Amino acid sequence: MEQIISVKINGIDVSVKKGTSILEAAKKVNVRIPTLCYHEDLCIAGNCRVCVVEVDGYRNLVASCATPCEQGMIIKTNTPKVRTARKDLIALLVSEHNTQCTTCYRSTNCELQDLASEYNVDNDTYLNICKKSEIDKSSWSIEKDDSKCVRCQRCVRTCAELQHVNAVCVAHKGKDMKITTFMELPLNEVVCVNCGQCITHCPTGALTERRYFDDIWEAIGDDTKHVVVNTAPSVRVALGEMLGFEPGEIVTGKMAAALKKIGFDSVLDTDFTADLTIIEEGHELLSRLRKALQTKEETTLPMITSCSPGWVKFIEHMYPNHLEHLSTCKSPQQMFGALSKTYYAEKIDVKPEDIVSVSIMPCAAKKYEANRPEMNSSGFRDIDAGLTTRELAHMIKQAGVEFTELPNSSFDSIMGKSTGAGAIFGASGGVMEAALRTAYEIITGREVPFEKLNITPVRGLEGIKEADIKFENVLPDWSFLEGVTLKVAVAHGLTNARIIMDQIAEGKSPYHFIEIMACPGGCIGGGGQPIPTNDEIRKKRMEAIYKEDEGLELRKSHENPEIAQLYNEYLTSGPLGHKSHKLLHTHYRKRNRY
Amino acid sequence: MKDRLKRVDVILGNYNDSNKYKTLGLCMKRPNQQIIQDLLDSGLKGRGGAGFLTGLKWKFAAQAEGEEKYVICNADEGEPGTFKDREILTKVARRVLGGMGICAKVIGAKKGFIYLRGEYKYLVPQLQKEVDEFHVHAEILGLDFNVEIFLGSGAYVCGEETALLNSLEGRRGEPRNKPPFPTNNGYNGCPTVINNVETLVSALMVAKIGPEEFKKLGIQDSHGSKLFSVSGDTPRPGIYDIEFGMSLSDFVREFGDGDTKAVQVGGASGFCVPRKKFASTTIGFPGGLSGDSLPTGGSMMLFNSTRSMYRVLENYLDFFEEESCGQCTPCRIGCQQLKEGISAVKKGERPPQYLEQLLKLSETMKITAKCGLGQSVANSFSSIVINFREEMIY
Amino acid sequence: MSNTSMTVQSLVKKYGRERSSLLPILQGVYDNDHYVSDEAMVEIAKQLDISSAEVYGKATFYHFLDTVPRGEYVIRLCKTIVCEMKEKEAIVKTLENLLKIKVGETTLNRKFSLLYTNCLGWCHKGPAMLINDEIYTELTPEKVEKIIAEYRNR
Repeated sequence: MEQIISVKINGIDVSVKKGTSILEAAKKVNVRIPTLCYHEDLCIAGNCRVCVVEVDGYRNLVASCATPCEQGMIIKTNTPKVRTARKDLIALLVSEHNTQCTTCYRSTNCELQDLASEYNVDNDTYLNICKKSEIDKSSWSIEKDDSKCVRCQRCVRTCAELQHVNAVCVAHKGKDMKITTFMELPLNEVVCVNCGQCITHCPTGALTERRYFDDIWEAIGDDTKHVVVNTAPSVRVALGEMLGFEPGEIVTGKMAAALKKIGFDSVLDTDFTADLTIIEEGHELLSRLRKALQTKEETTLPMITSCSPGWVKFIEHMYPNHLEHLSTCKSPQQMFGALSKTYYAEKIDVKPEDIVSVSIMPCAAKKYEANRPEMNSSGFRDIDAGLTTRELAHMIKQAGVEFTELPNSSFDSIMGKSTGAGAIFGASGGVMEAALRTAYEIITGREVPFEKLNITPVRGLEGIKEADIKFENVLPDWSFLEGVTLKVAVAHGLTNARIIMDQIAEGKSPYHFIEIMACPGGCIGGGGQPIPTNDEIRKKRMEAIYKEDEGLELRKSHENPEIAQLYNEYLTSGPLGHKSHKLLHTHYRKRNRY
Repeated sequence: MKDRLKRVDVILGNYNDSNKYKTLGLCMKRPNQQIIQDLLDSGLKGRGGAGFLTGLKWKFAAQAEGEEKYVICNADEGEPGTFKDREILTKVARRVLGGMGICAKVIGAKKGFIYLRGEYKYLVPQLQKEVDEFHVHAEILGLDFNVEIFLGSGAYVCGEETALLNSLEGRRGEPRNKPPFPTNNGYNGCPTVINNVETLVSALMVAKIGPEEFKKLGIQDSHGSKLFSVSGDTPRPGIYDIEFGMSLSDFVREFGDGDTKAVQVGGASGFCVPRKKFASTTIGFPGGLSGDSLPTGGSMMLFNSTRSMYRVLENYLDFFEEESCGQCTPCRIGCQQLKEGISAVKKGERPPQYLEQLLKLSETMKITAKCGLGQSVANSFSSIVINFREEMIY
Repeated sequence: MSNTSMTVQSLVKKYGRERSSLLPILQGVYDNDHYVSDEAMVEIAKQLDISSAEVYGKATFYHFLDTVPRGEYVIRLCKTIVCEMKEKEAIVKTLENLLKIKVGETTLNRKFSLLYTNCLGWCHKGPAMLINDEIYTELTPEKVEKIIAEYRNR
């Protein structure tokens, strides 16, 4: 039985389970204690000391995040002693910090700035001891500016606990202690998957995405260029957070309107290529199943999704001998890129070299993916730039657009039409659900046997989700699947991916098909999403995505008329056909694990 | 206050040691409860500097549930001015091992470590021989307890018990949040007693001579004797076994060079006592005494009037800013600010009043730092800046 | 297989693959190579199946586990207060003159490195220094000359 204890916080009685921290107990009674190294997603570090409070009978202050409540504790969170100490601690952090806030990308969205302002810290209280350092801009995805690092180790814990990559570490000690990489190498030379979770967990501007919007403005201003943009499913449920809306607001229409105001020549949808991914990947799965179960040809199961570039780089580093499990399908971004400079270019009669293809992504790794050398099947760089949700919010502000007042607009055509199946790609489990909606129908001729098509077992924030789908009364062409139970799994966050992969490596994986997303929650929790991101916000973005899906008329990828048109007019040899193979599929490379 | 300075020979003294592990052997036949009670009655406090009741530590670990338990001898002696543990391990390692053995028996540990600072690596061959011999005796006595020597690699902070645990577990030697305490959640999450080298010998002594005899030495709240490492401006530097309760003026009379202006008690993390306070300062754990009483890990550094106390403080701060693990804000940045700050005042870049700001900072460090290292920087800082203010400015 | 890999593998054999073996393995590498190379760290990471960044983070925590190449004999002179009071400066000068390097440097022939260290626990017999694992106390310039001459002939 759980023991309940009671404490007094600022005179208010509060009962909590034994083991509850003072910080959590205070939250229960609406007492806010400032924090910095604390993050809901991560284990407790207790190293910034900003959350110190006074406990009767204790000689020293205690860190409220790291101190469990004890029966009868009398806690005070706002005494002169506490305030003085806190202000001193913040002043110390400021003295170590590059305080050129005016030119900082995270200005007005910085936890240190907020604290310094709240406590009215004088920049001159202590000597400036900020160490000069070069900004590491080596990575396509992530920039690291040590002069803005507060050594809270949130990035280190993120990279270790959520992602199990450990690209960044704490090195040296004392005054030289810093957050760095192996041998302090540039980020592009170490085992980093570019997921950008370190960015969304960084309280300051020390870690940011590499920004490309200035190049985009340039292209938009160039009359000889035709600039197209595609926006990922999870952007429309998060973008609003940076532009005056509460988490969970769907801003698809306003976003499309804003993109047009910005001056993109065509505003298209990644959801379209998400639908396309389902067609290709669904057929790839069916083909692998046929090989395994009917023709007994060599093939590899389980098949794993390949939409998440952070995940793809992770498996390339960590499980280089298991790459054949990955679907050969490109991600929706890259399918879009390849088609934008072939199919689309032909359709609108613009030379592909004059097309600038931009994507707006919830992701830092998409920047890297766009720059992978193999991603040029159109004969050009398929995607010229991948921007984050945050960068788009900046662009909208720069454009002088009053976002909240914008009338709704819609996506252009072609490649702007999508279904609910494409929309749910943005949440963990969405690709799986979309694939099942289509695959089940192909096999049986009937809709998936879930109420309103909602395959709820694969939804939600649980780290690894599983589902069994039994095929009965299948169509004649799929007789080998009669009575077969398809076992699927969904994992998000690379620590969970590792569990799935270790199973595979041991030959003990019970699954046929697995969806893996690098980021916790899937793309709605991506490394390019608004900051903060935590489970509460992830849930709201997720709910919004499923709401968007339910509100759409078409909810199955194979019902997308533009997809049908694409196969009729361009990819005429059908899914997995010759042209698909060239434009929509890719290969992977082995990388070093250590 | 006892106005005397009594040299004794408890820790390093020669006993009839023909039967090397006699006390351990006797303890093997005694109930654990009784051994713990004796320790509690003796009032023995940890000799590493922090001064926690040893008997209580053992009691907690004995009561804690855990399939495996550990005894760790903290031989990461790094406090500037301290060298007693090296002397003990060189001369009477068997008493340390005896103490570890008793502890193992009492709490039910099968495995022990001696965490030896890397700077003392040359002690290993001889120490390993002692350990091997101990294992032979333990087996004969029916004690299933294996001791391993684990070397540090140059990190003062690993002397902090939870940092030591992290280092031992292959992590960075950074102190952990407390609670949980090692007695419940120590090495690999198991109940663990971590005792200083000298504490283990003292614990053995309590078992050997009994709490009553042990308590005859020392003063109220500070029982027994203590090894002092004496260095600096003294004609007789070295290790001395002295009973608790001596006044600093007696100490200076015995060890000073006639021109002592300050004594640093307890190393860089201890207090600096100026001449005018020698008579009113007693060496012992605080409590129930008139005047100041200073606990100490045993480091006594004497400074005569030729020394610049500014330089002394700068040297300490240089030490701290390097040896801080760097994880917590007050310690990592605070140490740098204190060092840069006194330098700025000295150079006239900041007004003398800036010292008050720095004293305030040291107080913040004291009450907010994660571990004893950051908390105790204020000790030397404030005692030097307050007592030798003019030396800081001119 | 390179020498470094073999060193690491034999150390892993001796101490095991658990995380708690990390420090002894790093120390073993240091004793062998006089520093912990990036190659060694990657090999340790492989053997213990942890990231090389983690190994780097641990190695750099300890003053005695340099990750830059050092000489065959690493001299660590105590710079803490009591040794400083006992004319440490004269000893540094002597060493710098003898070895023709500054503190922090390594001789061209990779025989000696000269470094400062914190309290060595010989305050009553300062100044003190370590040469690799050997301790030398109550140093005088003359004594230092003899010691260095002896090491040169080793």
